[in-house]
Amino acid sequence: MSSLAVREAPPAAGTTGAIRNRPPLRRRIALVPTLTLVLGAVYTLLPVAWVVVASTKSGSELFSTFTFLPGTGFADNIRQLDAYRDGVYWTWMGNSALYAGLGALLSTCVSALSGYALAIYRFRGREALFNILLAGVLMPPIILAVPQYLLLAKADLTDSYLSVLLPQILSPYGVYLARIYASAAVPTDVVEAGRMDGAGEWRIFTRVALPMMVPGLVTVFLFQFVAVWNNFLLPYIMLSDDEKFPITLGLYTLLEQGSNQPALYTLVITGAFLAVLPLIALFLVIQRFWSLDLLSGAVKS
Amino acid sequence: MPNAQRRRLVVRSAASALAVALGASALAACGSSGGDSKAESGPVSLTYWTWTPGMDKVVDLWNKGPGKKDQITVTVKKQASGDSLVTKILTAHKAKKAPDLVQAEYQALPTLVSNDALADIAKETGDAKGRFAAGVWQQTTLGTDAVYAIPQDIGPMMFYYRADLFKKYGLKVPTTWDEFAQVARQLKKKAPDKDLTTFSANDSGLFAGLAQQAGAKWWTTSGDKWKVAIDDAATQKVAKFWGDLVKEGAVDNQPMYTPAWNKALNTGKQIAWVSAVWAPGTLTTAAPDTKGKWAMAPLPQWSTGQDVTGSWGGSSTAVTTDSAHKEAAAKFAAWLNTDGSALQALAKESGIYPAATNAQTSGAFATPPAYFANQPDFYTKAAEIAKTTAPSAWGPNVNVAYTTFNDAFGAAAKNKSDFVAALNTMQEATVADLKKQGFGVSR
Repeated sequence: MSSLAVREAPPAAGTTGAIRNRPPLRRRIALVPTLTLVLGAVYTLLPVAWVVVASTKSGSELFSTFTFLPGTGFADNIRQLDAYRDGVYWTWMGNSALYAGLGALLSTCVSALSGYALAIYRFRGREALFNILLAGVLMPPIILAVPQYLLLAKADLTDSYLSVLLPQILSPYGVYLARIYASAAVPTDVVEAGRMDGAGEWRIFTRVALPMMVPGLVTVFLFQFVAVWNNFLLPYIMLSDDEKFPITLGLYTLLEQGSNQPALYTLVITGAFLAVLPLIALFLVIQRFWSLDLLSGAVKS
Repeated sequence: MPNAQRRRLVVRSAASALAVALGASALAACGSSGGDSKAESGPVSLTYWTWTPGMDKVVDLWNKGPGKKDQITVTVKKQASGDSLVTKILTAHKAKKAPDLVQAEYQALPTLVSNDALADIAKETGDAKGRFAAGVWQQTTLGTDAVYAIPQDIGPMMFYYRADLFKKYGLKVPTTWDEFAQVARQLKKKAPDKDLTTFSANDSGLFAGLAQQAGAKWWTTSGDKWKVAIDDAATQKVAKFWGDLVKEGAVDNQPMYTPAWNKALNTGKQIAWVSAVWAPGTLTTAAPDTKGKWAMAPLPQWSTGQDVTGSWGGSSTAVTTDSAHKEAAAKFAAWLNTDGSALQALAKESGIYPAATNAQTSGAFATPPAYFANQPDFYTKAAEIAKTTAPSAWGPNVNVAYTTFNDAFGAAAKNKSDFVAALNTMQEATVADLKKQGFGVSR
């Protein structure tokens, strides 16, 4: 599921530029780039196709029939997954939605505010702050998980919903993206004009700048949503109560049941398949927001 | 118990009748972090990290029965098994927030003990000793007077084979490893596309069990120093035996637990498996089409007349040093692994093979596993084999030895090169890591 998400995301960031410079229609199809992209698509979609096909196989078909031959057990797999420990799977799904949805939303708000501030205001230490942020982008979140655990343990917050939400609210990458986007999409002229008209800073931000930043923020939201949805290590360390587990962790417990227990492969595969669906739906729904980009230039002709 | 957990427990059950009782326990426990000798009074609630499926149902028996009487409530928090859980426990322990009770594999106990994560519960559980085979119990004491865990399940090793195909190819079930090698060669001659079994370099636990059967003692202590003997004569014998078989192509060299391996078992490309008592569960998913065609026999021996096996897997229940109610936790751990009704529920709900010797022949094990319906005395035989388990000797960095095993033997199996050289790599890496961790090491 992560490969799909991560690979689909970069075009999202680039779309803004691509649409603006849309070439005149009826251009000849460039063969080499197209072929490269098709190859890339096959490479990323093949595992997804495997998950889709494998989720239709029953336990006895999973390893015995041809890999891409659909099986007969899809309904049964779903039923078993639904029945597993009184439907704990749906609890995990709900938890994932909460962590990813609320987490991404809060993270987008923080990114929008700080990105806007870094782009528009000139203050001492701005560049230093931004550079530290850039260093943060380079830092893989994985190595922060244990220190974050020890920190939250001091505040008695471990094994709570907050323990997974809080560390993911500040995303250096999100702030970075928001800053880049704000400095490109929000012209200082517009901010100045707002000030001339007597609007306060907060009002300028919410009424003038924010609408211009929406396409960029949608990208930040999407990035963060996918990152949280796929996150494993942070919730793994933070949570011990499996009623609070997100889906990644839940499926892992199905796989690792101890040496004397068979791994529940069909359930894990079906569970993984169902877990990709919300991500795909989100991409399809949110895609249309990117076209807002076309309307966002207020002073550009 | 850690504050957060205590508070949450209170909050969660605020609506229930238990709220008042739990609240009282939270208050009562406030001033007593870490006091284990103090007499328990008032209700106690414990958390238990375990990966065993169905454990919540077994714990329900406790909460409604003896636990209710003693006012000790246990909450199961299901975890994923494996080395990552040991890391998680140690991380939690660093913040003094480990749960009261944890499930731990035997080979993880020295790691947990050397990090001071497990409490000595000898005082509370000393009389449980007689319920277990000596070789099993010794793993929870680490050869000291302390008791760091109560054995839960064990994995005595056995030899599984396709009875129908053995008959078809006129093969004799091997009783010694020499015969095992001969059978492998005979099969290659009669059916070149088939393999007797595979040497999987992905499963350090299997190799450790085989070495244990041969008499290896990988970690021992002398004085306050550790001695590592992964490259001892017994282990070298085992490594050379399998290395030669792989080299001449008599057995396969592909890892186990892969789709390809499942397929090989299911289609009869591989016709035997050196495994442990839990194999029926694995075979049920790996080779569903061959149900009823397998049979189980004791592991081949190194010399005729010998009767000894190794163990692969198995786990125990331990009490952490972070627990504020060690006495109550130890009481539960002892009940879980020695009480008749608990053990029966563990067998029924969780499908574990109990460490307690009298449970191995109890009602739950009167009939064979469904996959082995053709072998009615499966569990009678298993109990006999379990008695012959050789003692094992684990150290504080089994994970390092195992990781090195995967790398070194993985390469050796793939290239069909020298297994003994791989063994030396394993020894050196393990010793180097022990020294790096600050343990005294004697040669």
